[in-house]
Amino acid sequence: MTREDIIKDENKVYSRPRLLLDATMHYCPGCSHGVVHKLVAEVLEELGMEDTAIGVAPVGCAVFAYNYIDIDWIEAAHGRAPAVATAVSRLQPDNVVFTYQGDGDLAAIGTAETIHACTRGENIMIIFINNGIYGMTGGQMAPTTLEGMKTSTTPYGRRADINGFPVKISDIVAMLDGTCYVTRQAVHTPAAVRSARKAIRQALINTREKRGTSFVEIVSTCSSGWKLSPVKANKWMEENMFAKYPLGDIKNTEVKK
Amino acid sequence: MEEDVKLMKGNEALAHAAVRYGADGYFGYPITPQSEVLETLEELMPWETTGMTVLQAESEVAAINMVYGGASCGRAVMTSSSSPGVSLKMEGISYIAAGELPALIVNVMRGGPGLGTIQPSQADYFQATKGGGHGDYHLIVLAPNSVQEMADFVGLGFDLAFKYRTPAMILADGVVGQMMEKVVLPPVRPRRTQDEIIEQCPWAVTGKRGRAHRNVSTTLELQPNAMEKNNIRLRQTYDLIEANETRSEEFMTEDAEYLIVAFGCTSRICRKAIEDARAQGIKVGLLRPITLWPFPKEAVCRLSKQVKGILVAELNNGQMIEDVRLSLSVGSSVPVCHFGRTGGIVPNPQEVIDSLLSNFPQSK
Amino acid sequence: MAKIFGAVEIDSNRCKGCDLCVAACPTSVLSLQPKEVNDRGYHFAYTVNPDACIGCGSCAAVCPDACIEVYRLVDKNA
Repeated sequence: MTREDIIKDENKVYSRPRLLLDATMHYCPGCSHGVVHKLVAEVLEELGMEDTAIGVAPVGCAVFAYNYIDIDWIEAAHGRAPAVATAVSRLQPDNVVFTYQGDGDLAAIGTAETIHACTRGENIMIIFINNGIYGMTGGQMAPTTLEGMKTSTTPYGRRADINGFPVKISDIVAMLDGTCYVTRQAVHTPAAVRSARKAIRQALINTREKRGTSFVEIVSTCSSGWKLSPVKANKWMEENMFAKYPLGDIKNTEVKK
Repeated sequence: MEEDVKLMKGNEALAHAAVRYGADGYFGYPITPQSEVLETLEELMPWETTGMTVLQAESEVAAINMVYGGASCGRAVMTSSSSPGVSLKMEGISYIAAGELPALIVNVMRGGPGLGTIQPSQADYFQATKGGGHGDYHLIVLAPNSVQEMADFVGLGFDLAFKYRTPAMILADGVVGQMMEKVVLPPVRPRRTQDEIIEQCPWAVTGKRGRAHRNVSTTLELQPNAMEKNNIRLRQTYDLIEANETRSEEFMTEDAEYLIVAFGCTSRICRKAIEDARAQGIKVGLLRPITLWPFPKEAVCRLSKQVKGILVAELNNGQMIEDVRLSLSVGSSVPVCHFGRTGGIVPNPQEVIDSLLSNFPQSK
Repeated sequence: MAKIFGAVEIDSNRCKGCDLCVAACPTSVLSLQPKEVNDRGYHFAYTVNPDACIGCGSCAAVCPDACIEVYRLVDKNA
């Protein structure tokens, strides 16, 4: 069997998602954002949502998310994506609206907007990239930074007596009546990627069916901020992040409004 | 059709006007003295009639970002607040201006700075006309002085906002918001359909819906040359607005030897003061800027050549007076004085006359 | 007995040499170029051991830059 025999269209089992635009992503090598962008593009395509989806991009590393997926987008102010998405979803209920936010955007400056969109049960999907650090501004402490974790603003490692404790925002939003689906996923292994893909698919279907707010946390790496190679960052995440942020569904129900 | 004449508060008239204009969404947060706007809209339940969305947000910050979202979709969306709340909205307003999006923001001013007072004030003139938020932008600022104008300026504000793709502000004050007057409510218009929005606002974020290109509403531009182009385009829009949309009103200026410049509720007080002063033989007239930005520079300049003195009356310690002075011809020697009350105090007409006489004793 | 043949195509210009595909491959097909770099200076991934590929798609699944396409052929007569 030659390579030419195998590389034929009928044998293709995986190709670059059609909705992923040709632009090379600005992310660092190994960044989890790329995998999650790919999954969102794949699932939007699979569910036939390219004409109805509207993404709301954050401030943070994913600020340019709108350059990578071939749908309409709005770039929100820092932390305000859930408020922007609320208005879009209410004014244009035919659209499938989602936000894509990092930990600083969603769980620090935008905590109020996150909590209130979730408690109102807005029919949106929130994708939450949690890598425990501010990537874009150069590796400062995030609300989700683990205790002991070194960042440029906690060079001694995060200390609870000075910096307080990391916030488990998914557990908080799971307690709110407006959320229908809260799950914590990762994208560090092929199996994890398949599971995360399934979760994003479920969340987008919930959104289309107006079941309430779906919240998908992706525990992620930041090899630049963590100062580890992408492979070592994955290992560090498994050994440290998952203890604080265990993977799996936290809530799965239909909201009764 | 018979005129729809009602007796109501300025805040209530504004809410009715929003529904009747065919606004798509209102997003607000309670704050005195403008909470009647949200309350009236919730009472009217327009989602049952026109389909308008009304939502009490978790904060002024969330409300203005909801407006940013709705405006990005080409929808006619608005918010209202009062001074401290409008400060919170300033970041979002800057984004709306930068995104070249139409929106209507209402500020029913109360006294500040800080938490200040819930009584009327005009101390947000600088904030409204000089930027307020970060970056190089302007708002179209409309200053109503009656309940009728609270209603009429909703339509005017939205029309201008859509015409120039820029946010407009109704800069009212606690008096105009709270006082009751007769008002002829504007005619009822249907909300625009999705197809009309797509046709009129081809930039609107609606989902691609078969469109070949993507619509992206963003204010981020890291390339200096491209960002400067954005700034130049905004400046060109502002030049057009200044050329076409400056509005003012005059009262008894034909033979005036002295001029009072006042906006909003203060202009009503000054009208009465002018009538009383005229009865005492003082030839004084009023220039009322209706648009505070663009400021009626030419009207001020023209009248300044006719009068012996100008009194600027405001509910602040001297803000609009700067624009009045900037409007004078180079070398003009006409004295420009200020009369202001603050702290939520609304002066009576006699105080204005007293100020005129003390600043210009020869006017008697 | 059926035999599975796989192959991958890597967009080496898009690759950032993050090594995640190399770590994810169960049959050690992939490696990073030890010396050669692409236009942006990355030691891009390539198939050092192409015959071992089973077309499972693990590499493509974890690739953050979507630069891997996967082919899989099951030969029932092999």
